Amino acid sequence: MKNIKVLGTGCANCKTTVKLIEDVAKANNVEISLKKIEDIQQIMTFNVMSTPAVVVDEKVVHAGGIPSREKIESWFNA
Amino acid sequence: MLIPASEVLVAELPVERESHLGSALQFFFYDTPKVLLLLTGIVFVMGMINSYFTPERTRAFLSGKSEGFANVLAASLGIVTPFCSCSAIPLFIGFVQAGVPLGVTFSFLISAPMVNEVALTLLFAMFGWKVAGLYLVLGLSVAIVSGWIIGRLHMEMYLEDWVRNMPQVQATVNENVVSLNERLDSGFDSVREIVGKVWIYILAGIAIGAGIHGYVPEDFMASFMGKDVWWAVPLAVIAGIPMYTNAAGVIPIVQALLAKGAALGTVLAFMMSVIGLSLPEMVILRKVLKIRLIATFVSVVACGILIVGYVFNAVL
Repeated sequence: MKNIKVLGTGCANCKTTVKLIEDVAKANNVEISLKKIEDIQQIMTFNVMSTPAVVVDEKVVHAGGIPSREKIESWFNA
Repeated sequence: MLIPASEVLVAELPVERESHLGSALQFFFYDTPKVLLLLTGIVFVMGMINSYFTPERTRAFLSGKSEGFANVLAASLGIVTPFCSCSAIPLFIGFVQAGVPLGVTFSFLISAPMVNEVALTLLFAMFGWKVAGLYLVLGLSVAIVSGWIIGRLHMEMYLEDWVRNMPQVQATVNENVVSLNERLDSGFDSVREIVGKVWIYILAGIAIGAGIHGYVPEDFMASFMGKDVWWAVPLAVIAGIPMYTNAAGVIPIVQALLAKGAALGTVLAFMMSVIGLSLPEMVILRKVLKIRLIATFVSVVACGILIVGYVFNAVL
């Protein structure tokens, strides 16, 4: 099971990203544990400079903007 | 090509071309595609250029540069580095953590939302290159000088404690190779995201402009927002602070004020204040800055905008 975190202070793009990851996971029948991290101090421990950022299994795989569908699928297959 | 097209369109409608309504409609049909085409083109190109200037790269570029020059650099990079207000905090901390001086960080933070391609394109398309150019130069000046002053005040202790206690990081850049295709994609993405969001404000702006074009007598605002009213500029700046919208959202207001005879300096000061200083942004910044630093930031920038307003009114 993939452990996924979305880092973001709660802007519209962050919410869209969470929703998109949920959708793609469902469409591909992948089981994930999805967490949203809104606390800025926690976000900064990942050293990202633009949000929304996505962390898969404790590794930052994406930062700044909504990821594309293909990109999300590639995380599931990795 | 757009002028004949707009004439044909108006001719098809059951209104007199020479009437007020006819001339307003012609103006609207001509201006809307003109502004939208120009904006789409520029946003596309900027979307591609933006993909070179990631925040990480900008940070690596700025860290270790001496102040003064770095302020100029930071403000200029603010134009081309993609920036959304919800990223302000991570960006701010990321800069400070990598040893970018506080004043330089502020230069970037002031310029990034205020001077950007959308604001400049719209000003150019609707009011001409002189207004856009002056906005660019004066906006950058405000960002550079304000940042420099904040740097001179040495207010590092007014960062929140947890920010100061964060470990320093090396400003490194992961050199991801980005293919031309990906850059093209990011151009298309920007167009979808930005033009998709702002077109409605632009329509409103042009509609107001068209309405005024056809009807309202000028000089309506001149009596209380004209050049000779000394308190108009401070009032415009103060009125702008609690308001928050992006560059496109303020364009309809700018259009309306200008067309009714408000002085250009006053209106641009208002525009800068709305975009550059906003209450919601202060609330977000409060998480990383102590009140004193926020107050200093607001006062320094407000003074800068004030001066810009007066200079504009005096020169033009």
